[in-house]
Amino acid sequence: MEEQNMMQRFDDYVADNKKIEPKDWMPDAYRKTLIRQISQHAHSEIVGMLPEGNWITRAPSLKRKAILLAKVQDEAGHGLYLYSAAETLGVERDELLEELHDGRAKYSSIFNYPTINWADIGAIGWLVDGAAIMNQVPLCKCSYGPYARAMVRVCKEESFHQRQGFQIMLNMAKGTPEQKQMAQDALNRWWWPSLMMFGPTDANSPHSAQSMKWKIKLFSNDELRQRFIDMTVPQAEVLGLTIPDPDLKWNEERGHYDFGEINWDEFYNVIKGNGPCNKQRIETRRKAYDNGAWVREAAVAHAEKRAARRNETAAA
Amino acid sequence: MTQEQKFEYLLRLGDNALILGQRLGEWCGHGPALEEDIALTNISLDLIGQARSILTYAGELEGKGRDEDKLAFFRDAHDFRNVLLVEQPNGHFGDTIARQFLYDHFAWLLFNELMQSSDEQVAAIAAKSIKEVTYHRRHSSEWIIRLGDGTEESHAKIQQSINDLWMYTGELYTPDALDEAAHAAGIAPDLTKLADYWHENVHGVLKQATLDIPEDGWMQKGGKQGIHSEHLGFMLAEMQHIPRAYPDAQW
Repeated sequence: MEEQNMMQRFDDYVADNKKIEPKDWMPDAYRKTLIRQISQHAHSEIVGMLPEGNWITRAPSLKRKAILLAKVQDEAGHGLYLYSAAETLGVERDELLEELHDGRAKYSSIFNYPTINWADIGAIGWLVDGAAIMNQVPLCKCSYGPYARAMVRVCKEESFHQRQGFQIMLNMAKGTPEQKQMAQDALNRWWWPSLMMFGPTDANSPHSAQSMKWKIKLFSNDELRQRFIDMTVPQAEVLGLTIPDPDLKWNEERGHYDFGEINWDEFYNVIKGNGPCNKQRIETRRKAYDNGAWVREAAVAHAEKRAARRNETAAA
Repeated sequence: MTQEQKFEYLLRLGDNALILGQRLGEWCGHGPALEEDIALTNISLDLIGQARSILTYAGELEGKGRDEDKLAFFRDAHDFRNVLLVEQPNGHFGDTIARQFLYDHFAWLLFNELMQSSDEQVAAIAAKSIKEVTYHRRHSSEWIIRLGDGTEESHAKIQQSINDLWMYTGELYTPDALDEAAHAAGIAPDLTKLADYWHENVHGVLKQATLDIPEDGWMQKGGKQGIHSEHLGFMLAEMQHIPRAYPDAQW
């Protein structure tokens, strides 16, 4: 069939809300965009393990330690399914990791901010995972089958994470004055970066229109951001904490909260590599990978030797 | 066996799990492959779970109102009763696997016996934990074989790790008066018997991994009596600092 006919069929198929599977024909640009999107998502999961993993050895109770271990392990699991989903598009995990390590691939900028008190673990679960859920729930219905299916499981786990984060915030906000202060401090530092997680404004989001047509993006950045703010403000009220935005106000007419101007200068700088932890995060990942090279090589060498021995036995 | 002795015996079990779990938690995000990151964190989680059940029970037995967190976060190094092996630093992946392998083989034998403990609570905790420990033992043994039989580099590295840690193994299976009292009370098995099985099983895996079996030379001991290496103090400083800085807080 001619390329043009294939394209027409593909577009109709997607418009019909049918799922594209790995062996189906797809336009190159769709494949490339998906690889970029899924691998960025996978990288975000594994880089995201670092700011939280940071606190496993210092969690303030054994129960909190166990919950945090389970949570960070979930994130690693998400990374694993997402790399697998990307592999269905014809790339290898190692290639994708190389792109992460040499700076060609991006990951969610939020993980370039530091976790400096225990309430940050609460704020990450509550705000960062909360924002991630907003972004990801629609993807359970996206047009690419393996990605959509991975997202179903990811979202179930993320909603647990969000609740455990809120629980940490609640315990601290209702705790001693020092705990409440830590909770407020964490909210002050994580609020704006969380809003930035939805990406640039719709006017400045160049790939959005095509991705929406392909159904690998179902709502616009600004729509999702507004939805997140509307959901989160009442939760902050339950906590008795103040959102660090003097312009935040309910707008009766719009039926939404109005909010202040995001610092886009900061947003683009953190993306460019100038965030507080960009270098540290990538260096940590690269070091883990390099230090593990001999282990991965040994595993491959052993598997080859074992296979050779098996063949010898079979031949004898 | 007095309640006090029993409490102390339980601390040995609980602290082994807690300290090894804490060590493995340091690996999170730094593993040689994503699958191993998940495995090490998972084992850490199992061990922290075991520590929580055992320390909770120890605190109840003691009857002084200490729960799992009071015992984990408000004791200093000299009150910890874990063996020296589990507090040794992570080193490289091979060092961690060697430490885990030597411990897992002991824990597997011990928990199998503890399922028959005269203390119902200990027996129940052992029955729940044995499934986890069986998996841990398989995981670490498979890695010993992979690394031993892998490349020249991995073979040399894992041999060195085993050699370096060997002097901490005697403490696992050499009974002191408290171990003997626990055995006499039917709470715990005869460690001298486990020693033979431990050697047999560990040697078997090392042979399969084409590794040399170290001589049972001079053995370090003291952890079970609260005399630790320099490493434990640093671990506890990190682990305990938040609850100690805010002793009235609930988290």
